[in-house]
Amino acid sequence: MDDIWQPIWLSIRLATVTTAFLLVLGAPLAWWLARSPRRWKEAVAAIVAMPLVLPPTVLGFYLLLALGPDGPAQYLNGHGLAFTFEGLVIGSIIYSLPFVVQPIRNAFEAFGEKPLEAAATLGAGPWDRFWHVALPLARPGILTGAVLGFAHTIGEFGVVLMIGGDIPGETRVLSVAIYDYVETLQWRKAHLLAGGMVAFAFIVVLAVLLLNRRPARQGASA
Amino acid sequence: MSGQIDAAFEGALGDFHLDTTFTAAMSGVTALFGPSGSGKTTLLRCIAGLTRMQGRLSVNGREWQSAEAFMPAHQRHVGYVFQDANLFPHLTVAGNLNFAAKRSGKRSNSDSPAIDFDEAVSLLGLGPMMQRMPAALSGGERQRVAVGRALLSRPQVLLMDEPLSGLDQAAKADILPYLERLTDTLAIPVLYVSHDIGEVARLADHMVLLNSGRAIASGTIGDMLERLDLGLLVEPFEESVLATAEVTGHDPKYRLTRLVCCGQPLTIPEADLAIGETVRLRIRARDVALATKRPEGISIRNILEGHIAEISAAPGAAHAETLVDINGARLRARITLEALAELELTVGAPVFALVKSVTFDGRSIAQKQSG
Repeated sequence: MDDIWQPIWLSIRLATVTTAFLLVLGAPLAWWLARSPRRWKEAVAAIVAMPLVLPPTVLGFYLLLALGPDGPAQYLNGHGLAFTFEGLVIGSIIYSLPFVVQPIRNAFEAFGEKPLEAAATLGAGPWDRFWHVALPLARPGILTGAVLGFAHTIGEFGVVLMIGGDIPGETRVLSVAIYDYVETLQWRKAHLLAGGMVAFAFIVVLAVLLLNRRPARQGASA
Repeated sequence: MSGQIDAAFEGALGDFHLDTTFTAAMSGVTALFGPSGSGKTTLLRCIAGLTRMQGRLSVNGREWQSAEAFMPAHQRHVGYVFQDANLFPHLTVAGNLNFAAKRSGKRSNSDSPAIDFDEAVSLLGLGPMMQRMPAALSGGERQRVAVGRALLSRPQVLLMDEPLSGLDQAAKADILPYLERLTDTLAIPVLYVSHDIGEVARLADHMVLLNSGRAIASGTIGDMLERLDLGLLVEPFEESVLATAEVTGHDPKYRLTRLVCCGQPLTIPEADLAIGETVRLRIRARDVALATKRPEGISIRNILEGHIAEISAAPGAAHAETLVDINGARLRARITLEALAELELTVGAPVFALVKSVTFDGRSIAQKQSG
C-alpha cells in the first residue's frame, strides 16, 4: 500500500515547486504583457500560450532533446536533466505557464490605469506601485493562476512520460502511476488514484469558480 | 516665500489641441474654468505629470518640466483629487490615508507645508468612516477621503479635477463647506478644474478661463465675473458677480438675515451666519432688475442705488448685459433691449438695482471673503 503514497507525494512536491516558480516568473511577465505599449508583446503572449494547443508529446520531445545528455542542459551538470525531478520541474513550468500568466494578465488589465495614477500622484514609484497597488488588486487573478497552475501540474502526463520516464520516487508521478497500474492490471490501486483525482478536480474547479465570483460581488455592492 | 506656478504646454491628443500658457499664485484657489472640451483636465494631468506633452512647468522656482527634462509624476509634489475619487478599492479609508501619509516622508525636505494626520481627519469629518471600505461610502464621502488622502501626501500644490461633478445636489451641498474650510485654513495653493460657475464663484480666488485648449483670460474671480465680454463662455443665465457683505442681524419673525453690502442694506432668507461675519454673495445677472426711480409698493426687498458703468449687447440677442456700479461694487443686470430703450439707460445714468431676496440660496452664499 506504501507504493501508492509515493507518486501522490511526488506529484504534490512537483506541483508545489512548479507553482512557486510559476508565480515568481508569471506575475512580472503578466505585468509586462498587460502594460507594455510594444506591439510585439503579443508574439511573446502567443509563445507563452503555445502549450495550450501543442500535443504534450511534441513539447515533451523537444524538451527531451534540450534536457538530454546531448542538449544544452549538459552544460549545467555534464549529463543533462532528462529523467530527473529537476527536469520535470522545468518541463512543468513551461507546460503550465499559460494557465498562470493568463488569469494574472487579465486581472492586471481589469483594474486599468487609474489606481496606478492615484498611487503615482501620492509619491509611489514604479516598484512601489507594482508591489503595493497592482499585486493586491490582482489577488483574485493570482490565486486563480496559482490554483490552475498547481492542478494542471498534478494532472500532467504526456510531457512527464517523455522527459521523466517512470522512475519511482524521482519521476513516477500520479498520472504515470495510474497508467502503470492499469497496464499491470492492478485495478484496485488504479481506482484509488483515479477516484482521488476526480474528487481533486472537482474541488479545484469549484475553488476557481468561487475565487472569480468574489470580485464581481464587491463590484455589485459599489 | 511667494513663488508661482508657471506653465506652458503644447501638444495634441487625438483631435484635441492644447496650447496653453498661464501662471497661478502659490496661494489661494485658482479655478481653471471653461466649457467641456476646453482642455481643463488635460492641462491638470500635464501639471501632475500623468499626461506627457511638450512644454515647461515650474512650481515655486523648481523646474518640473522643460524642453530637456521631464520629472515623473511620483517625484512631483502634487496632490491630485480625481473626478471619481479613485480610492484604492482594496484598502479601508484609514488604509487609503496611510498610503499617502507613509510616502509623504520623501517630501518632508521640500517646502510643502506639513499637515497633521488627525487635523486632516477632523477637518474633513473622516473619523466615523475610518474602518470602512471605499465601496461602502457615498459619493460625497469618497470625495472627502480623496481630498484628505491628497493632503496627507504633503503636496506643494493641490490639483482638483471637477471633484464635485459626479455628485448630486445634496452631496455637493454637503461637501462644499468642507472645501471652503479647507481652502481658507491651509496654505496650499489649489488648482481647481470646473465647468460649474456656481462652484467656482464660491471657492475660487483667481480664475483662468480656457476655451478650445487655450487660456484666453485670467484675473481675480471678482474681476473675471464682472467682465461682460467673457459672458459667452458661461452657461447662459448663469452669469453673475460676487458681492462682499457683512451680516448685521437676523429677523426671526420673518426668517430673514440682514446684511450690509457696499453701504446699503441687503436682505436674504435666513442663513446660518454669525453677526459681524463677512460673506461672499453670488448675484446672478438674471436676478437683477433695474429701475430709474425708487419703486414703491413692490415685493422686492433689495433696492440698491448706483449708476450704469457699462452696457454690452450681444448681436442677435433680445437682451443686454449691464454693469451697475454701487459705491464701487458691481452688479450685473440682464435686461431686454426694449427696456434699455424705454428707460433711456446710458453709461453714467443713475439707477436702482432690484434683487429678489428669495433668489439667494445656500449655493450662492460662501463663508469666505471675495478675493
